[in-house]
Amino acid sequence: MFDFYFDLPLWIRLFVQGLAVMLVMFPIGAACSMAERKIAAWVQDRPGPNRTIAPILAWIPGIGFLRKLGLFQLAADGGKFVFKEDAVPGHVNKFYFIAAPIIAVIPALTTVAVVPFGAYLDAAGQVIPIMLANVDIGLLAVFAISSLSVYAIILAGWASNSKYPFLGSVRASAQLVSYELSMTLSVLPVFLWTNGPLRGETADSLLGSLSLARVVEFQSQSGFWGGLWFGFLMPLSAFIFLVSLFAETNRQPFDTVESEADLVNSFGSEYGAFKWSLFYVAEYCHMLVGSAVFMLLFGGGWNPLPWVTLADFANLLGFAHLPLVTGIVGIGIFLGKVLAMIFFFMWVRWTLPRFRYDQVMAIGWRRLLPLSIANLIAYVIGIALLTK
Amino acid sequence: MAVIPVERKPLTFAERTYIPQIISGLKTTLKHMVRKPITLEYPEQRPEIPAGYRGVPTLVYDPNGREKCVSCQLCEFVCPPKAIRITPGEIPSDDPTAHVEKRPEEFKIDMLRCIYCGLCQEVCPEEAIWLQNQFSMSGYTREEMVNDKKRLYELGGTLPDAHFKWDKKKAAEEAGNGHH
Amino acid sequence: MSAILFNLFAIFTVACALGVVFNRNTIASALCLLLALVGVAGIFALLEAFLLAVLMVLVYAGAVVALFLFIVMLLDVSGGERKPFGKATVFSGIISAGLLVVGLISFTKHGAQTTAELPAGAAASGSVLKAYGEQLFTTYLLPVQIVGFLLLIAMLGVIVLSKKFQGLEDIK
Repeated sequence: MFDFYFDLPLWIRLFVQGLAVMLVMFPIGAACSMAERKIAAWVQDRPGPNRTIAPILAWIPGIGFLRKLGLFQLAADGGKFVFKEDAVPGHVNKFYFIAAPIIAVIPALTTVAVVPFGAYLDAAGQVIPIMLANVDIGLLAVFAISSLSVYAIILAGWASNSKYPFLGSVRASAQLVSYELSMTLSVLPVFLWTNGPLRGETADSLLGSLSLARVVEFQSQSGFWGGLWFGFLMPLSAFIFLVSLFAETNRQPFDTVESEADLVNSFGSEYGAFKWSLFYVAEYCHMLVGSAVFMLLFGGGWNPLPWVTLADFANLLGFAHLPLVTGIVGIGIFLGKVLAMIFFFMWVRWTLPRFRYDQVMAIGWRRLLPLSIANLIAYVIGIALLTK
Repeated sequence: MAVIPVERKPLTFAERTYIPQIISGLKTTLKHMVRKPITLEYPEQRPEIPAGYRGVPTLVYDPNGREKCVSCQLCEFVCPPKAIRITPGEIPSDDPTAHVEKRPEEFKIDMLRCIYCGLCQEVCPEEAIWLQNQFSMSGYTREEMVNDKKRLYELGGTLPDAHFKWDKKKAAEEAGNGHH
Repeated sequence: MSAILFNLFAIFTVACALGVVFNRNTIASALCLLLALVGVAGIFALLEAFLLAVLMVLVYAGAVVALFLFIVMLLDVSGGERKPFGKATVFSGIISAGLLVVGLISFTKHGAQTTAELPAGAAASGSVLKAYGEQLFTTYLLPVQIVGFLLLIAMLGVIVLSKKFQGLEDIK
């Protein structure tokens, strides 16, 4: 049925795949903004946006549910951003001012290339990850590309040529670099485990791989230790990674970069219309990729439960022989986990106040960094002892 | 007053990690998330207006259907923003309420000027002008925002008070003990 | 194909490097540096040293230039007037440029021989994480340690320079 697709030249297939992933990412990123408003409303005992509807659609029965969820509000907001006048203030540096939102979106949508987002069972019962590019240096590539996103904020703040955006960009450049350190250190134990002496019976040829798909493979082995998710095995690593993730994506309580209370809208102050909304889609895409990486590293990826792998799950329900169904179920499980993480991000945002800027720096350098180094050393010693 | 110096307790280790506080905060917000919204869906659901609410000023009839206002113009004089304009009018002698002195020919309250102070109600000797439950006034033009007599009586309706001041006065006159 | 790409990346890198030197605006200069580093990463990728390419982006483009920008913004360094070079600057500049040219010439002459000696099929140490790590901790252990020590000295120097010591009491 889909054979014609595999007859297409490789570059067309890759193009289609990339486009498909982006066409899913971008709307989810945009929909997150509505989810954010809804969750904010629920936390504050309000219903949230629930009235907008296109008059043509109103007669469809059952559509009131989508209306209550604010789906049409989202469409209306998006349309508004597209059609609003895109004003460029006179005092800005035009080239960098226009470049900044573009630079914000590119890394956000590029990182997903090396992040697997599902898996399917092929005819031999082998679990094959679904991703755009299965590269050895997977996680490193994610870190590298997403580290470039800081330039969007720096450029936006600098090009805006006004005080609040400038302060925001100064904070961004310091904060994002600070937390990158502990983030990178916190994932090292995971790769020590998957590449070190405890790797089990996996082939030596795969050694030295930072591929995220391999990490999930490790969390879907048999036995008590094999089926355990790394989040349970390394709770401290997961915690450090999570905290750094909050800081890297500029989320509350590390929202000092865009703190609207003291910096108006920080880097977004001089922006409007579509350019402004691009920053926010990029932020949510970062959250999506970050949550995906967290779930792959510590949350078992596309496995529904600890000790229950996708293959077991498919066999249990009897659809293991249908690659398409296992693929959809795999993507569904993974997407569900990622969205649960996104919900957690929002839940935290509407619960906590933001840290002061000096507190953010103190937590990053004086608490998290030593903690992540201690964590790494502890796991190095632990793994060495376990192999004896 | 004696000053009692209170030693500030140093934070415990758990408190310095912020984590117990964060978790308790998350619990609180989760509770609110599953709770029913306490807001009203306004245009469909209206808030319950408490007794004695002072909304838009209106004119009222007495239970016999007589307009209570006698166009004494006290409210017009007292109105701080000068929102009220009254054109007094005679009552024709063949009218069943001819025993009442006067009635307004036109009574206009400019709701763009009104400040809802309630002085008109306080000053009215006839208890004819009342600030009632209506709280939302809106219109597309300035003219629409001026309540005329017809609209004021529509908003006001009938007040179930049984003073019948003018009827009693008429009855007393007919019984022979009229003016003091 | 790869020759075209190499030329493209090389020209891009050199152009951006020139931009770093000749730009009057400090921020634009730093951004040129960023682009030059990305160009270098592209050349690494062309040489199939993907790991080095990614590390280049992660460490230099992602962190170091961001810190440059942070410092530039914090201190509000403006390009300002260009002063004519002093005698010592010109002298040292000529010597270092000459050394660079000599080094390049000797490298291109002898470099051709070293590539021929590489065993076929062996992965370049810059492409795979494991090979890279092994080389780092065996063959290049001494240079790594020396560079690390150099960085430590630089860091101490910064601390000493930025903290104005008045007397011995300050050290406590």
